[in-house]
Parts: sequence; structure tokens; C-alpha cells
Amino acid sequence: MAADGPLILLVEDEPALRRYLRVTLVPQGYRLLEAVNAHEGELLAASHHPDLILLDLGLPDLDGLVLTQRLRDWCTVPIIVVSARGLETDKIQALDAGADDYLTKPFGSGELLARIRVALRHAHQAAGEAVTPVFELGPWRIDQTRREVTVAGQPVHLTPNEYKLLTTLVRHAGLVLTHHQLLQQVWGGVQGAQPHYLRVYMAQLRLKLEADPARPQYLITEPGVGYRLRVE
Amino acid sequence: MSYPVRVEPKRPNPDDLLKNVQEEEARSKRARLKIFFGMAPGVGKTYAMLQEAKIRREEGVDVVAGVVETHGRADTMALTAGLEFLPTRKLPYRGTQMEEFDLAGALQRKPQLILMDELAHTNVQGSMHVKRWQDVLDLLDAGLDVFTTVNVQHLESLKDTVAQITGVLVRENIPDTLLKRADQIELVDIPPEELVERLKEGKVYVPEQAQHAVERFFRKGNLLALRELALRRTAEHVDADMRRYMASKGIVGKTWAAGERLLVCVNSKADSASLIRATRRLSESLNAPWIAAYVETGKHIRYSEEERTQLEDNLRLAERLGGETSVVQGDMSTAEAIIDFATSHNVTKIIIGKPAHSRWMELLTGSMLEDLVRRSGDIDIHVITGRQEGEKPAPSAKPAARQARMPGLSHYLAGAVTVALLTGICMPLHKHLEMADVVMVYMLGIMLVASRFGRWPSLAASGFSVLALDFFFMPPRFSFAYGNIRHLATYGVMLLVGLVIGNLTERIRSQARLARNRENRIRALFRLSADLTRSTGSTAMAETASRNVATHFQSKVLIFLPGAGGRLRSNSLVDHEVVSQDELGVAQWVYDHHEPAGMGTDTLPGAQALYLPLKGAHELIGVMGIRPNEAAGRHMEPDQRHLLEAFANQTAVALERALLAERNRESQRQVDREQLRNALLSSVSHDLRTPLGGITGAASTLLADHGELPASSRKDLLETIHEEGNRLQRLVTNLLDVTRLESGVVDLAKDWVPLEELVGVALERLQGTLGDRVIKVELPANLPMVQADPVLLGQVLINLLENACKFSPADQPIEIKGWATERAITLSVTDHGQGIPAGEEEHIFEKLVRFPQGDTRPGAGLGLAICKGVVQAHGGRIQATNRPSGGAQFLVSLPLGAAPPAPPAEE
Repeated sequence: MAADGPLILLVEDEPALRRYLRVTLVPQGYRLLEAVNAHEGELLAASHHPDLILLDLGLPDLDGLVLTQRLRDWCTVPIIVVSARGLETDKIQALDAGADDYLTKPFGSGELLARIRVALRHAHQAAGEAVTPVFELGPWRIDQTRREVTVAGQPVHLTPNEYKLLTTLVRHAGLVLTHHQLLQQVWGGVQGAQPHYLRVYMAQLRLKLEADPARPQYLITEPGVGYRLRVE
Repeated sequence: MSYPVRVEPKRPNPDDLLKNVQEEEARSKRARLKIFFGMAPGVGKTYAMLQEAKIRREEGVDVVAGVVETHGRADTMALTAGLEFLPTRKLPYRGTQMEEFDLAGALQRKPQLILMDELAHTNVQGSMHVKRWQDVLDLLDAGLDVFTTVNVQHLESLKDTVAQITGVLVRENIPDTLLKRADQIELVDIPPEELVERLKEGKVYVPEQAQHAVERFFRKGNLLALRELALRRTAEHVDADMRRYMASKGIVGKTWAAGERLLVCVNSKADSASLIRATRRLSESLNAPWIAAYVETGKHIRYSEEERTQLEDNLRLAERLGGETSVVQGDMSTAEAIIDFATSHNVTKIIIGKPAHSRWMELLTGSMLEDLVRRSGDIDIHVITGRQEGEKPAPSAKPAARQARMPGLSHYLAGAVTVALLTGICMPLHKHLEMADVVMVYMLGIMLVASRFGRWPSLAASGFSVLALDFFFMPPRFSFAYGNIRHLATYGVMLLVGLVIGNLTERIRSQARLARNRENRIRALFRLSADLTRSTGSTAMAETASRNVATHFQSKVLIFLPGAGGRLRSNSLVDHEVVSQDELGVAQWVYDHHEPAGMGTDTLPGAQALYLPLKGAHELIGVMGIRPNEAAGRHMEPDQRHLLEAFANQTAVALERALLAERNRESQRQVDREQLRNALLSSVSHDLRTPLGGITGAASTLLADHGELPASSRKDLLETIHEEGNRLQRLVTNLLDVTRLESGVVDLAKDWVPLEELVGVALERLQGTLGDRVIKVELPANLPMVQADPVLLGQVLINLLENACKFSPADQPIEIKGWATERAITLSVTDHGQGIPAGEEEHIFEKLVRFPQGDTRPGAGLGLAICKGVVQAHGGRIQATNRPSGGAQFLVSLPLGAAPPAPPAEE
């Protein structure tokens, strides 16, 4: 594999997990920087400008959440939070603090690699690489220039809010968006927009787009956290 | 053969001996109080106290002078050399600074022995206690030995006697119990002649304002009498000491008439106080217990407010002097009720006051005293004077209250207007009316005024009527002169009728008012008790009590419960209000001493609230504070205070019940938790080790492999590690969930969720477990959303599905259905397995239960327990049944409230 693959900064104090991630990531062509605490992680992030940061929340010297906020003050590098804390509030806090995605320990290597790919791709798009006006996913085709959505060639009529919700998810394809973030994006600063609006619209979207709304293939619920558009 | 006969010496009762030993121990452990007792100022009490303190100091005892009044006398001053004086507290008082003993400072300094001169002293306003003797009790409670001085005239029970002897009423009194509490009493005595001499030489300190009283007080006759009192008191104390000593050594002797018991009859008159003091003295000399009883007959409803207060004060005085108090219900005659009570309480002597009414009254109503004597049988009756010579009846303490009940000027005006009106009516009809008719018309008017405005206005109206009658109708008309002597009689009768009617109506009115008051009071108490019965839990009860008190007293209620170590917690049970340290200190004092304190009491009257102890049936459960609102003012009428105390008692009993129930529940929860912990431990040892065994085994085989394992085996081993890892993961999740649910720390993050979404998440999560199994989902499109914690409720569905997978063959489908009624939404998970063993339908939701036939399959039996916990936390129900066609069905029902507001329509 190429020696100039994406540079990943791993901030993790557990040696066992560092070893597992090393043997998983390096053969995939990623270059790896390892930090064992938040302080070291912050220094390495500043000096090496990694393409992605894998950040453990439970660090010995500083809460990973605080580190996320600090990093977000000066850089936009994608951050994937890795945590043994299973509580939804932790996840929401991390995402709202600026993390791009999270993984709860234990996790499989397949899932980890998929999340890394999505985060990197998303970072590239944000960096100004041409956004394809047409987004295709399975039988779906979303043409953003014509505001047209088709499923298996059949046009589907979406309300403005449904369309806005769908395109927000498409813009962050593969990443988790919290309820808060989605409400912000779709309803803007409108007062009185409540979390359950989101559920109503999501149910309508699934009904219109998913083959089996009870077992959605793409519009995935992250229980207690938010939603994600699954792309692989 | 005969047994030797042993003559048993007279033995003391072992119980008594034990009691004595315990008392002796308590005495030796507790702080010691020594009183330097004298007959009058100037005998040298302070000097004696300082001398002894000096000796103690030389013995190495840590002595501090709390208060020592040397009055500038050189020999006394000399004794204070080298003695540590406690700094005084400066208190602002009417523009100047007053110095006062600093109780807090003393408790902080905590010497072994503290000198407290002038026990009967009244503290400067703003001090912790009103009286110094209260400070002394606190010091003793804190374990400090105390030396103090007091003169005989300050003893509460001797107040009347001293007043009788010297003609000076002593205002600063100390309760007699203090003398009992004293471990040592030292009589400081000099001959009266010498004292008079010392007074003349100016060696006795006399405050300026008392100069004129000195002459009267220090007469030789007075001093002799006071000296006798002091000697007798000291002797009594010595006597008690000796009896205690004899008893403790098992010396049984007939030292006093066995079983004397006194009963003093009190009423609502101020005289009763003297009776009570006399009884106290008698009981002391007989060493007999005594009871103060009030007989409640029909008469007491006619009592005025002052009389009621006086009655309460009398009973309270008896309590303060160490007597028992009782209110006797008398349906029969008063004498019969008294004798009845006396016999049932083994009373040997009844003390009663001399009758105050005349012989004529006795002829009419019969003499209660005579009745009593006739019925008394074995019981002695002591008849003594209530009022002491020279003592004036106590002036009414409440001129303000009396004024309030005096009719206003407008009432008299109304009387005058009525008379004027009647005169106006009668004038034109004058020709047709007899004089008697006109008189009748005026009588009617007087009656009207009486019924409407009471006694005095009606009397005034009678006067006006007489004047009007004489002026307008009696010949010679239009002149106040009267022609006939007969008319004078008519006027007299009119005035008398006015007075009688006025009195009668007044009495009826006051009875009605009392009845109304009592009814209000009873209704208030009833409402409180009904409200308390309805509320469950201590917090709800506290709020109920607070609401009730707030409506009746315009006050805010604070309820403090003790935390660890008998210290009250600073936040009130009501609204969790946190009070200042000062206020909490007052509440703490109440809790420690079981007595009311704060506003309107003798202790810490400067506090912002009145604090009452909440006495439950078994123990003191806390303190209730009543803080009047701005508008309510600080003064509280006595009957208000009684009602408040009744409120507090009722609240205390109810709260005690609630707290006990809560404590029981808590301990039950503790037991449950303990059981769960044990079950979990055994489960952990089995269910955690099994997958760990698989993982460690497979990994060690792989590590030891040098290429000899075929590829397929290697893959098998790796899959084992992966699967068992997942199993451990699920187990840990379940354990975490169950402990969270059990410890009650779960906060439901409720949100509106569509069932469809929950099903979607569960199926997604279980992809690996479900494999190719057919899952039939039937959810109507218009199913309402349910308000629930999506994560926990999702876990319920996951656990139910896992359970269905575990207990039904892999080729059989699992069905998920949902439906809603008006009030509930139900979700069912159905499998086609063997079903639940008969009778196990309820049992399976308990922790760590597994179907017998499922034993070989993995997973601790926590899943269903979690389901039950979560569903119950949502206020729902979970049921397990067997379908007639085979297979188990689990039903989860959740209550449906109002639908959430729909998002605004688009387009």
C-alpha cells in the first residue's frame, strides 16, 4: 500500500486497543500517529495536521469531550470518538461538541473502517472537491439541481421539509446527525420545532422511499441520538 | 429430717436496686451543679463560690468565670486574682451597649468548671435564652460543671410565701426543679443581725432602683423567716440525698408515708397559681407526686379568652413545678368528678381553694366543697386560701384584646338612632296609644339593639328610651320633669330590662362566638387530618401541612428532619428551602431540648419563626418552624398558638407514620438489592466464565499453532472468539441495565417515538442473531406515537426478540404486531416454540429465571427482568401467555396520553 495514505492520529490510553487498531489500520494503508493522553494528542494534532483523529473519550488527563471542543476551536479535521461509555447523552454531547461520528467499544474492524472511509470522504467534499449534484444510493437518485427524487426510476413527491431533511442527511451521508443538529438544519432557528417533528417526517420519508419502512435499509435510526444515512 | 429454716433479712427489691445503680452511674457521669444558696443578698455567696473555685483551681481544675459579680468589694475582688474571665457579649439595648454572658463562647471554650453568679438573672434582650438558668442548663448538658449562686426568694414555689413575709413580689424566679438537679447545695449563712450590720456598713450591694425596698426587706423579722426557709430547703435537699443514699445501699426504712399522692383542683382564676405553689411545697415536704386537675363542666364554654389563657397558664405552671396535669371531663357534679378521678389515681389528699362566693349563692347552687367533703371517704381534703394577703388580683394581661371586643362608637350611635326612629313613629300616633304601648315599643327597640349590638349599646338604648319617654310622652310633655312618682318605677324597670336583655344576648353571642371558634378549629383540624390521610409520602405530607397552616396563620411552614448524628438537615422538607445558620440553630435547640423556641417564646425570641417540636407517638421526629408572613405580624393569640400546636402534633403523627413506612420500604429495597446482588454474583461466575472459557481456549490454541491446524479449524476457533465476545458484550449490557434499573438511577429520557422506528432499530441490531429467520411485522400505518425512552424501550423489544429466538426453532417465524386503543398502545411478540411452562407466566419476569428446558442455551435470565423493569418505569404492563396454537406471546402495553402537537402543515 502507498506510504502516503491518510494520516490518522490515534488518541487512546489503552495499550490493547492501540495494538488492535494498529494491526487493523496499518495494513489498510493508513499511516498512524499514536498519543496516550490528551495533551500529547493536542500537540501531535497541531504539529502533524492529521487527516483524521480517532479519539477515546476516557483519557487519563482530560475528558475527550473537552479535547474535542478545543480541537474544534482551530481545526476541522474529522474526529471519530471511540468510547466505552454507552450512554446516549455522552454520544450526543460528543457529536454536538463537534465530533463527526462515534463508535462504542467493543466494535468490529469492518465497522471502524467503514466509518473512517465515510469521514474522510466527507472531509474531502467539505474541503471543496466538487459536490456531485446527483446523489445515487441503491435505487434512489437525488438530483439536487432539479430538486428531483426518484426511486427505481419512479419520481417521488416530497414536501419541502422532507426534501430538506433528506438532503441534509445526504450532505452528511454516512455520518450520524443528532436530533438537535437535524432540527437546526431543517427548521432553522424556528421556535417551537420539537424533536417529534423529526420523527414524523422521518416516518413519512421512510414510507415514501424505503422498500420496508419497518426495516429501513438507508434511513437508519441511532436510538436516543439521531439519524444516519447509511451508504455502505 | 428437717430443712434449716433461714430467716430472710428484709431485702430491697432488685429492680429498685438496679434503678438506683443506674441513677447513681448517670449522676456520676453527668456534669455537676453546685448551688451556693443564701437567704438574702449580702450573705457572701459569691465570696464562698470564689473561695471554693480557688481551691479547685489549685487542684488543677480548669476553671473559668462565666459571670462573677464582685460589686467592687475588695475582699471578693482579691479572690478573682488569676481567674480567667470569659469575654462578655456586647448587645445593643435601647441605644446603649449591654454586656451579657456569652453562652456560645463558653461552650466553645469548654472549661471543666464554670462560675455563673446570680442564677435568677434575666438576660438582656437578644440573648439565646431569656433567663440565665436556661444558659446553665445548656452548660450542664454540654458537660460543664457549674457553680452558681441563688437566694431563697427566687424559688418559684416560694414566691407567694416570700411575698407574704416581706411584702415584696419577686419577679425573677427559677424553677424548683433546678434545686433538685443540683448535685450539691451549700448554704451560705450568717446570722441576720450580722447581715443587717453589713448592710449598714454598705457592704451589701443594692441596686439604686431598689433602695426604697431595702428598708422593708432587710427587717430582722423578714430575715429570720427567710433564713428559716433557706435552711428548710437545704435540709430537704440533704434529706433527699440521704434517702437516695439509703436506697442505694439497700437500707429499707419507713422514711415517709407510703404512697402519698396529691391532687390540686385548679380553675380559670389567677388564684389557682397560689394553690398550685402551695401544693408543690406540700408535695415536697411529703415527697409525694402531685397532679393538677381541671374539671371541665358545661361552664367552660362561657369562659372568656382571658379565663382560658389563665387556665392554660395555671396548668402550665403546674407542669413547670414538676406536677402532672390532667383535664377531667365532668358529666356529673364537679365534686363527683373530682372524687372519681382521685380514687382512680390513688390520690390521698385533695387541695382545693376556699369558696369565693357568698352563702346565698351556696343556698341556690349547693356547695361543691360540702359535696366534696361528704363524698371524700378516705381522702383528706385540704382547703386553703387561694389568694394571699396583700396580693392584688393580677391585672389583665391583655388590654388590647379587651379593647377589640368593646363595641365601637357606631354601635351606641345605632342605639340612639333606633330610639329616635321609634320616637318618630310614636309621636304622630300619640293620641291613640296608651302609655304602656309606648313603653312596649321602646322595649322592642332595646331588644333589637341588644340582639344586634350587645350589652353596652342596649343599656345605652335603655337610657335613651327613658329620656325620650320622659321628654316626649310623659306629662308634662317636652320637659324632663316628671309628674308622677310611678313613672320613676317605669323608668327603673326599663333600664333593668335593658340590662338583663343585654346581658342575656351578650352571653348568647359569646357562646355562639366560642362555638364558632371551636367549630372552625375542629374543622381546620379535621381538614388537616383528612388532607394528611390523603397524601402519601413525607414530602407530600409536609406540603399538605404547610398549605393548611399557611391558610390559617398566614405563615410559611418549614419542616426540618434530622440527618446523621441528630443534626437537623438545613433544607426544609417544604420547598427544600434552606434557612440561615442562625435559624437552623434555633431549630436544632428545639430538637435537642424537645421544647418550643423562637418567636413568641422565652427561648431565642428574636428568631424569625416559631419552632415547635414534632413529637410523634414514639419519638421526636423533627421540628416545625412557623414563619409569619409580612402581613401577619409577630403576635399570636393564645388560642391560635394552641391550634398551631394541635396542627403540629397531628402533622407529627402523620409524618412519623410516613417516615416509618418509607424506612420500611427502604429496608425492603435494601433486602431486594442484596438478594439481587447475590443472584448476580452467582450468575456472573457462571455466565461470564463460560464465554471467557471459550475465548481463552480458542485463543491459546491459535497461539500454540505452528501451521498444523487446517484452515477450516482456524476459522472455527476465530468465529468462536468473535461469537463469545459478542455474548459477553450482551451480558455486560444486560448487567448494566439491570443494575441501573434496580438502583433507581434511571432517568427516563422520554420522547415521542413511533413504534415502527423501535421495531426498525431492534431488527437492525439483531441482524446477526436473527440470520435468515422470517420476521413478520404488522403495524397499522396510523399507529400513534408513544411517549417513551426510545433506548430503553428499544432494549425491551430487542430482549423479547432475542428471547423468542432462543426458545423457538430457527425455521419458525416470529411475529411482531402493534395496535392501539384509546388509552393504550400494545405491542406483541409471538414465537412458535414450545411456549412457557404452565404456571411460569408471571415467574419468568423475575431475575435470573430460565426455562428449565432452556438451560443449555446461553444468556443470563436478565433479559425479561429488564423488560419488566423498563415497562413498569413507563407506567405500562408486560404479560406473557401461551397461544392456544402453541408458542409464547409477550404483550407490552403502554398508556397513551394526549397526542403530541402535529408539526405545522406545509405547502
